[in-house]
Amino acid sequence: MAGIPHDHYEPKTGIEKWLHNRLPIVGLIYDTIMIPTPKNLNWWWIWGIVLAFCLALQIVTGIVLVMHYTPHVDLAFASVEHIMRDVNGGYMLRYMHANGASLFFLAVYIHIFRGLYYGSYKAPREVTWIVGMVIYLAMMGTAFMGYVLPWGQMSFWGATVITGLFGAIPGIGPDIQAWLLGGPAVDNATLNRFFSLHYLLPFVIAALVAVHIWAFHTTGNNNPTGVEVRRGSKAEAEKDTLPFWPYFVIKDLFALALVLLIFFAVVGFMPNYLGHPDNYIEANPLSTPAHIVPEWYFLPFYAILRAFTADVWAVILVNKITFGIVDAKFFGVIAMFGAIIAMALAPWLDTSKVRSGQFRPMFKWWFWLLAIDFVVLMWVGAMPTDGIYPYISLIGATYWFGYFFVILPVLGLIEKPLPMPATIEEDFNNHYGTSAE
Amino acid sequence: MKKLLISAVSALVLGTGAAMGAGSEGHIHDVAFSFEGPFGKYDQQQLRRGFQVYREVCAACHGMKFVPLRTLADEGGPQMDPAWVRAFAAELDEVYDPETDETRPRKETDMFPTRRGDGMGPDLSLMAKARAGFHGPYGTGISQLVNGIGGPEYIVSILTGYTGEEVEMAGSIFYENTAFPGGLISMPPPLSDELIEYEDGHEASVHHMAEDVSAFLMWAAEPKLMARKQWGFVGVLLLTLLTTLLYLTNKRLWAPHKGKHA
Repeated sequence: MAGIPHDHYEPKTGIEKWLHNRLPIVGLIYDTIMIPTPKNLNWWWIWGIVLAFCLALQIVTGIVLVMHYTPHVDLAFASVEHIMRDVNGGYMLRYMHANGASLFFLAVYIHIFRGLYYGSYKAPREVTWIVGMVIYLAMMGTAFMGYVLPWGQMSFWGATVITGLFGAIPGIGPDIQAWLLGGPAVDNATLNRFFSLHYLLPFVIAALVAVHIWAFHTTGNNNPTGVEVRRGSKAEAEKDTLPFWPYFVIKDLFALALVLLIFFAVVGFMPNYLGHPDNYIEANPLSTPAHIVPEWYFLPFYAILRAFTADVWAVILVNKITFGIVDAKFFGVIAMFGAIIAMALAPWLDTSKVRSGQFRPMFKWWFWLLAIDFVVLMWVGAMPTDGIYPYISLIGATYWFGYFFVILPVLGLIEKPLPMPATIEEDFNNHYGTSAE
Repeated sequence: MKKLLISAVSALVLGTGAAMGAGSEGHIHDVAFSFEGPFGKYDQQQLRRGFQVYREVCAACHGMKFVPLRTLADEGGPQMDPAWVRAFAAELDEVYDPETDETRPRKETDMFPTRRGDGMGPDLSLMAKARAGFHGPYGTGISQLVNGIGGPEYIVSILTGYTGEEVEMAGSIFYENTAFPGGLISMPPPLSDELIEYEDGHEASVHHMAEDVSAFLMWAAEPKLMARKQWGFVGVLLLTLLTTLLYLTNKRLWAPHKGKHA
């Protein structure tokens, strides 16, 4: 599968040969597990395995939760309480599932920012990056619909606000919104379709994950130097790599165990830390909560959505140019989706020939500013829309777009990269002081 | 290892960006409840006292429709005698049975009664989790690891937060309360000193009754709190062991490839 030369599976016994000639599944597994992996991968490369674990955890706990959950507006909230009180270990299942979503997003954000820093999105890994972005979008859809299922106040009002975004599309918006909801407002039809899709999408994600892995197994992993593995011969490649099993499996499992340790402490000792107390109040269409706040993992993009109010000059300009078709609300929706599209376009916006941020002295600063920007947007997304907060959102949102559409293209042209190691082996040996052969 | 630490710390920082806004407007004071912190446990005597306050005072206007009566006898709760619970259930309002289309006496397998209509208050099944008292320090909410979510504190603060002032608005009386968002609550002060006589002879001051009933409502909202913390404890312990073993395995596995061995 991989372009890196390495040993392939050789069926030895009769039965192995028999199976291999009919279905080379053992060979596929062998090649996947034994893939030559750059030996200089650092600890930022562990989050992929955490993500794979999260997907499995969510699917397994989710399937059991479904056995006890009732997707009906009159019964959903009570059925969740039934899970919490009567189902054996139900409180652990639900708390693991709810906090598992948070771990999933925490891991995906670190995974994405790792890719942004080390240039993992650059040629030839654009497809891996794009598939990853699609997975991320599917995760957001799944998480959003999952949060609606307990049918608490935040479930209901969150669904109302977010589906309202589609209603902001000029002309066809209200029809799209009604089509999504299955009626004029969030109701039983909405709950049922969200339940159906919440069950379906994780399996779509699982399939996309297989494509994601397939893609980077074809190109080979990126690594902290961004220098490619030498592929001239097997002997050469072996100097730059170690097989995934056992070296990276054990390393990743160690990191996963450490992450799970913290995860279990949160689930056991503060399971409602990342939730919102209002969601322990049953949904009531007649009573709007004082603050409708999305889950933490949506906050950066929620902040971008809210940043573009009607008094921002860019919004006024666009409004004039389009003869009022694009109003502030629709502008915000475009900005929110645009922020994710900007990220997905990074492979084509970044003009630098150098992959890794390690060797890009100017890029480094802008990158870390982007990381800080992300955290600031997350914070301001939970804040009210008065006082200084809208200005912070606006600055944060502007930097987000500026980074992808201005800084990435320009930096590649003006930046003078630092000297890079010639090979991964050299980098590894420099780091660990191993004398070369 | 250093890089891993940075990776983990950044994970934490990202996670705490979750600092939910929506701070409470009223003043909530902290109470050192027995069930707070990783090793916190419910105090059975306190739950029983709190249950007495609930059934003799609160239950007149507040239902608990998600709490099955039988759970009163469960381990980790007030752990009342099952026979007592059965007799208690039979004395409560009758319950509508959809199978027979008639009302019948309440059984221990039914829920606490529901209270609806004029002058009745909100359901209390989940009240202790539906309110957050504090989000410290600096809005990160991390303090709930040791102080809990502040829901029971919110209830205590409401029950003890009456100033004695009354305001009439649009024909209704509102009572000034320092803990309630907005400062005016429609519930009249429900507690007064020696309002009830505790079965265990404990002093029935407003302050004690407020704390006891809040503890009981925390149990009603999170009956599996102790079992959950035990899971957490076992999980953390086993994962510490597993992490250590994997760390050592990993170190040994990589050793020949790292460091000077020429």
